Amino acid sequence: MARLAEALRAAIGAIRAHLLRAALTVLGMVIGVAAVIAVVALLQGFGQSITQQFRNLGANGLVIMAYLPEKAALEGKTARITPDDLLAIRQRVAGVRDVVPLLPLAQFSATVRYGNRSSNTSVNGTTSGFPRNGARYPVQGRFVVAGDDTTRRPVAVIGQTLIKDLHLPADPEGHFIQLFGTWFKVVGVLNKVGSLVGLIDRDNLIYIPYTTAVSLGGTVTAPNIVIQLDVDNARAIKPVEARITAVLRRQHHLRPGEEDDFKIQSAAELTKALTRALDSASLILGAIVGISLLVGGVGIMNIMLVSVTERTREIGIHKSLGATRADILLQFLLEAVLLSLLGGLVGLALGYGIGKLVVHLVPAFAGAIVPGWTIALSLGFTAAVGLVFGITPAAKAAALDPIEALRYE
Amino acid sequence: MSAAPATDTAPLLELRGVGKRYRMGETDVDALRGVDLAIARNEYVAFIGPSGSGKTTLMNIIGCLDRPSSGSYLLNGQRVADLDDNALARIRNREIGFVFQNFNLLGRADALHNVMQPLVYRGVKLRERRLMATAALADVGLGDRLDHRPNQLSGGQRQRVAIARALVGKPSILLADEPTGNLDSTTAREILAMFAALHRAGNTIILVTHDAEVAAHAERTVAIRDGQVISDTRHMAEDAAHGAAG
Ligand SMILES: Nc1ncnc2c1ncn2[C@@H]1O[C@H](COP(=O)(O)OP(=O)(O)OP(=O)(O)O)[C@@H](O)[C@H]1O
Ligand SMILES: [Mg+2]
Repeated sequence: MARLAEALRAAIGAIRAHLLRAALTVLGMVIGVAAVIAVVALLQGFGQSITQQFRNLGANGLVIMAYLPEKAALEGKTARITPDDLLAIRQRVAGVRDVVPLLPLAQFSATVRYGNRSSNTSVNGTTSGFPRNGARYPVQGRFVVAGDDTTRRPVAVIGQTLIKDLHLPADPEGHFIQLFGTWFKVVGVLNKVGSLVGLIDRDNLIYIPYTTAVSLGGTVTAPNIVIQLDVDNARAIKPVEARITAVLRRQHHLRPGEEDDFKIQSAAELTKALTRALDSASLILGAIVGISLLVGGVGIMNIMLVSVTERTREIGIHKSLGATRADILLQFLLEAVLLSLLGGLVGLALGYGIGKLVVHLVPAFAGAIVPGWTIALSLGFTAAVGLVFGITPAAKAAALDPIEALRYE
Repeated sequence: MSAAPATDTAPLLELRGVGKRYRMGETDVDALRGVDLAIARNEYVAFIGPSGSGKTTLMNIIGCLDRPSSGSYLLNGQRVADLDDNALARIRNREIGFVFQNFNLLGRADALHNVMQPLVYRGVKLRERRLMATAALADVGLGDRLDHRPNQLSGGQRQRVAIARALVGKPSILLADEPTGNLDSTTAREILAMFAALHRAGNTIILVTHDAEVAAHAERTVAIRDGQVISDTRHMAEDAAHGAAG
């Protein structure tokens, strides 16, 4: 133990004796680790902000939408979820509640007018059950209510961006806006939810009653809707999904072997898939930068070889005083690992700093998060690099013949 | 056998026909040619001989730093050639104190740490190392130079650091290559007095010198020339302690 402590002390002394050289040697290491940490920190911060936003969908929520496999599309088939499907689910699937339709009429493409101002927005038809889990609620007035739906009222609940874009009064309740050539009375204003990763404005939208939307769609065929529902028990999500699949396959007259023409997404699954994707992206990026760490390792090996040659006499003296091969080996290995770790630590701090700076400068990144596993991994990796690349110089030092080392000029 | 009869039955170290040959390109240099020598425990021996006669080469072999090219060397009855690296390191660390002709101090370490270093390899704790090294440096009159690095010390002071380092671990064999070469006569006498005291305490001392006066402090003088022992004489040791006084 005393020997190890002494070897450590000596290693630190040797590094301090050539501080500038040590700094230059580990520069590659520093840059490599800083790059990994910065990239991972940003990816993870990004991932967390997205996860936060998905959480608004509710942990038990399922979303059912039409989805056509490529093969079926080539065969000229079409896919849609119809109001009949909605009814079928309501009647035949147990353990679910708030089964509501969502009829997207337009994605940022509907023209809405107020006075002489106009703007583009998204319009969705839905029913009173829609705003769930407290993610969306009216801050003024009310949401779509059952009565709106049964009587097909031309009423609208608007997002806050529209107040600004259309120069609506701060309290727009009772004012009329024009949509698809029809006048809608504003009955409510939604809470502000902010933008999705700084790109998609989620406050630029209008909800109207579902039946109103259906009649506006004006098509003879049934509209293609999205169904949202909540599963009563989180652990029952899988069986409920299976049940819905069975019901919809029957509704759509799919033969066994034919692919589903719809897809069921759960918020939890979406979040999980996303985090997994981000984690593997982090890992792949980490691996790529890891290669740059190997280059840093070669630099360390080079400087350690130089150091062994320079200190040949010193090694001879230590051997003459009773240092064993193991003592010398340990000494130089420790030095290489310490050097490498030093680079890792500086890189860690630098990478985190860069991440923070990017978050500060680019609003799209919500935050920089350095997960424990990255710290452990990068420090472990740098230590391993030091060990692997330090072994050759250390073995060279350990194998020196004492008398020849002492005579070295 | 040219060696004088040993006081002990088995000699502490015994060289039989030891030769050391260096290859210098095309030619061979024989630094030692067939040295036979036996030294008993608690002997005080001086090697004397002209420059280039092979004294340092012989000391290196005795100190287990170098291996003979021919012949055999027995330490404590054991063939050194049979010992592995770790055993040799252990002998160098525990049994032998080496004062090198050119000091061989660690340039980056101060006097204290130079003297502490052999104790590191013995596993002595830091506190104790510090105490022992401080005492050893005080013994050679360098108690006030603990934090000086070799390049901040005079030649004589460096030599004394080297002596303190050789003695700090209380080795049973002290090998000193020209230990008083850089010292003024007063300091030289002090150092020789220390050697005499060590000898009285039961240690074996071998020193190399050009100086017959220094050799007179030993009780046996081995003269070396051209890599061979040319004479081996025993005499009454001039008691260094008294010599210093009178
Ligand atoms: N590594 C070596 N390679 C070649 N020749 C060597 C080597 N070491 C010593 N010699 C030769 O061996 C001979 C003896 O050298 P050594 O150092 O033992 O002499 P020395 O008696 O200690 O001399 P000095 O009193 O000057 O210290 C010399 O002729 C020297 O040139
Ligand atoms: Mg010599």
